[in-house]
Amino acid sequence: MLFLDIVSSILLLAGIFFGLSGAVGLFRFPDFFTRVHAASVTDSIAAILIIGGLLLQTSFDLNTAKLVFILLFLMVTSPTASHALAKSARHGGLLTLAETRPEDKQEHTQ
Amino acid sequence: MAEFIDLVLLAMLALTALRIIFLKDLFAVVMLFGIYSFLSALIFVNLDAVDVAFTEASVGAGISTVLMLGTLALTGRKEKPSTHSTLLPLFVVLVTGAALIYGTLDMPPFGDPDNPVHQHVAPRYIEESPKEVGLPNMVTSVLASYRGFDTLGETVVVFSALIGVFSLLGVRRKQKKDLDSGLESHRVLHVVAKVIIPLVILFALYVQFHGDFGPGGGFQAGVIAAAAFILYALVFGLPKAFAVVGPKFLQWMAAFGVLLYASVGLYSMYKGGHFLDYNQLAADPVAGQHYGIIIIELGVGFTVFAVMLNIFYAFGSQAERSNVQ
Amino acid sequence: MNFILDYYNYWVVVFLMMAGFYIVISANNLVKKIVGLNVFQTSVFMLYISMGKVTGGTAPIVAEGVTQYSNPLPHVLILTAIVVGVATTAVGLALIVRIKRAYGTVEENEFENKDDAI
Repeated sequence: MLFLDIVSSILLLAGIFFGLSGAVGLFRFPDFFTRVHAASVTDSIAAILIIGGLLLQTSFDLNTAKLVFILLFLMVTSPTASHALAKSARHGGLLTLAETRPEDKQEHTQ
Repeated sequence: MAEFIDLVLLAMLALTALRIIFLKDLFAVVMLFGIYSFLSALIFVNLDAVDVAFTEASVGAGISTVLMLGTLALTGRKEKPSTHSTLLPLFVVLVTGAALIYGTLDMPPFGDPDNPVHQHVAPRYIEESPKEVGLPNMVTSVLASYRGFDTLGETVVVFSALIGVFSLLGVRRKQKKDLDSGLESHRVLHVVAKVIIPLVILFALYVQFHGDFGPGGGFQAGVIAAAAFILYALVFGLPKAFAVVGPKFLQWMAAFGVLLYASVGLYSMYKGGHFLDYNQLAADPVAGQHYGIIIIELGVGFTVFAVMLNIFYAFGSQAERSNVQ
Repeated sequence: MNFILDYYNYWVVVFLMMAGFYIVISANNLVKKIVGLNVFQTSVFMLYISMGKVTGGTAPIVAEGVTQYSNPLPHVLILTAIVVGVATTAVGLALIVRIKRAYGTVEENEFENKDDAI
């Protein structure tokens, strides 16, 4: 039981770390697409780790099944949400930082 | 620990509200309002109100946000600067707020079991409802049985909101030259939506029929099922959603839900009891309570589902009309 | 510290209520006013649920080994109020759509000189 507790707290701590790094990235990254990337870290790996940690805390009953369903649902929906977000931005004409930079230079040289 | 979480979440809620005041970009305001709703749902969980949290997460963060975005599509997303001075409103708010803060000092302390709120009817609900109604979830017992008449009134209010929205907006008749809207190029969304929607509807049914034993019930289930169809309409376009469940059918369904609820009351009167007295529905009073609650929750679910989806249709068809013009 | 913990919830409720009130009376845009009304409404929900909480209690669903439950009555009142709230919000938003169609604007200070045009 103790072993499971240790593994579970390691998973939870790793999940918190990825969640926090996603939040920091959301504020610090330079353009929209890198920010989506940071946000999707919170959506995917952080959520998986935290739910994985919680799974080990249950006594393998109905709650475990519910958590597994939540995990499956998140693994389908959150990458889709990030994808739709980035794709809509692309369709709306938003450029990445790398694409906007050369133009900036050209403007400077002109 | 629970107090600490409470402190942090309420502080986040206050910050979100503060940010809403100063933002001029209405799209961001609506998104922040969605965050605000989710945060309050978290606080409700922390304060033991699981049913309320469920409702707030699905209604406040789901349906309200979608409706507000639909309105923004028609009215534009920038707020223009006001010509009025902000000093007078600030003064009014500060004075009212100070008076209210002074008033809170007379409130009984938070969480004390001896508070007046917990002395009057609540002990009876907590002690007797598992025996009288036979359901573990006291919220459902109180909602559907003890205060069934009140809930009937709420259902009628939801129904009349549909009448209000329809008389203001109306749903546009289908025309041949309709653009086949929806998110055409989003292939991934199409595939995922097809997988997700049946699961969401299944979950709505679970919430509907498991509401007697855990958090859930007709209100939440109706909203969740409506959310599944709203997702369908957003991804595949309104015309296709109309082909699945049309506005006309939903009007009948909304009315049917209210009538189903009221007819349970009338039937119990016919059986010799009072209005909505479920004890008369079967020979055993507890079994009668069970039948009554299942039927009226079904009525609530029908009405809430039909009203929410139809209101979305009304807003959605407005947005499409203005896009075509 | 105990004094703060006893009243913290109520103070935040008052703050949220006043934030919503301020948005309603100072915002220029009608959609933002509706958001303000919703903020106000949620603060009332928070007040009710805070009052229903009992320290050491659990959610009002019968479980083995639990003796202390939170008060279910505020939960019932607020649950229905939330759904009714979204229904009335929808009516308000529908009115805004009609105002936009009739006046061509949803900004408060632009209505004043448009009454003659209708």
